[in-house]
Amino acid sequence: MARSRRPEPEKKKPGEGSGKEDAIEVMATVVEPLPNAMFRVELENNKHQVLAHISGKMRKNFIRILPGDRVAVELSPYDLTRGRITYRYK
Amino acid sequence: MVICKSTAELEKMHRAGLLVWEVLEKMRAMVKPGISTKELDQFAEQYTRQHKAKPAFKGYRGYPGSVCTSINEEVVHGIPSASRKVKEGDILSMDFGVVMDGYYGDAALTVPVGNIAPEREKLLRVTRESLERAIEKVRAGNRLGDISAAVQQWVEKNGYSVVREFVGHGIGTKMHEDPQLPNYGPPGQGPRLQEGMVLAIEPMVNTGSPAVKVLDDDWTAVTADGSDSAHFEHTVAVTANGPWILTRPREATGPVW
Repeated sequence: MARSRRPEPEKKKPGEGSGKEDAIEVMATVVEPLPNAMFRVELENNKHQVLAHISGKMRKNFIRILPGDRVAVELSPYDLTRGRITYRYK
Repeated sequence: MVICKSTAELEKMHRAGLLVWEVLEKMRAMVKPGISTKELDQFAEQYTRQHKAKPAFKGYRGYPGSVCTSINEEVVHGIPSASRKVKEGDILSMDFGVVMDGYYGDAALTVPVGNIAPEREKLLRVTRESLERAIEKVRAGNRLGDISAAVQQWVEKNGYSVVREFVGHGIGTKMHEDPQLPNYGPPGQGPRLQEGMVLAIEPMVNTGSPAVKVLDDDWTAVTADGSDSAHFEHTVAVTANGPWILTRPREATGPVW
């Protein structure tokens, strides 16, 4: 029987598609700064408050975040109480 | 990961392969105008179970039959049906596999029903020859791409095209193992063949464009442009003495089907 090229779902290889691609991206507003570059942010879609840290790229480029800033947050589908800030809107 | 088999394992696979060959040869003799694909399927399943083996396709990802019967523009994975009868001039591809003692055998051939047009005769011949050329490349030290290229070159030289969506495969304790074996691609690339590797080589050749589509039954693949398609397959092992076709008797010579 010929093997079909597409539908056979392959197991995920380690390091491939782990987390980062699966994240849900939502808009949020920063509520308060916390130690260790963490922030409490309020999601715009459901007013939930989640704990978010800054993405490595933003940290590297010294993007400063202040309370009240509008930011994009990626949420892990596994733990919806934590997220990663990926963009600060001006 | 490509799994290499020991000599003892190859012997077991050869026993499974011989049963596949026997069933296909008997089905080939049964094919005549008016026979339904279901009759062939029932024969194959009964014969297999009488010989202490199981049809490998039945239930595989929900496949309902024991044999894949694909007529004319059907490429592969046609589901046997009592209402589907072959008629004079058709070409019928029969793809069959068994699992015996934990090991799989898988083979296929396309047969004429009665007298067929010379054009169809040529399609069957070219497809079978492309399989023969591919098997010739199954030698330790060659690369996987050498097999793919052998098929593609012979097929396209004769003005036909090879199907991209379906590929051959490694085979052993599972029906589909690594590697995938496309029937097209450049020579000299891909993993090197080693003693003990077992491959199901199965060129699928269309007279028109290589495009195929799958019907609403989720299985039957047909050519997108309605042109004829043929399919031949053997399970072949890499040995120190070159290719060993597991799905036919050791002493057999001449054309592979």
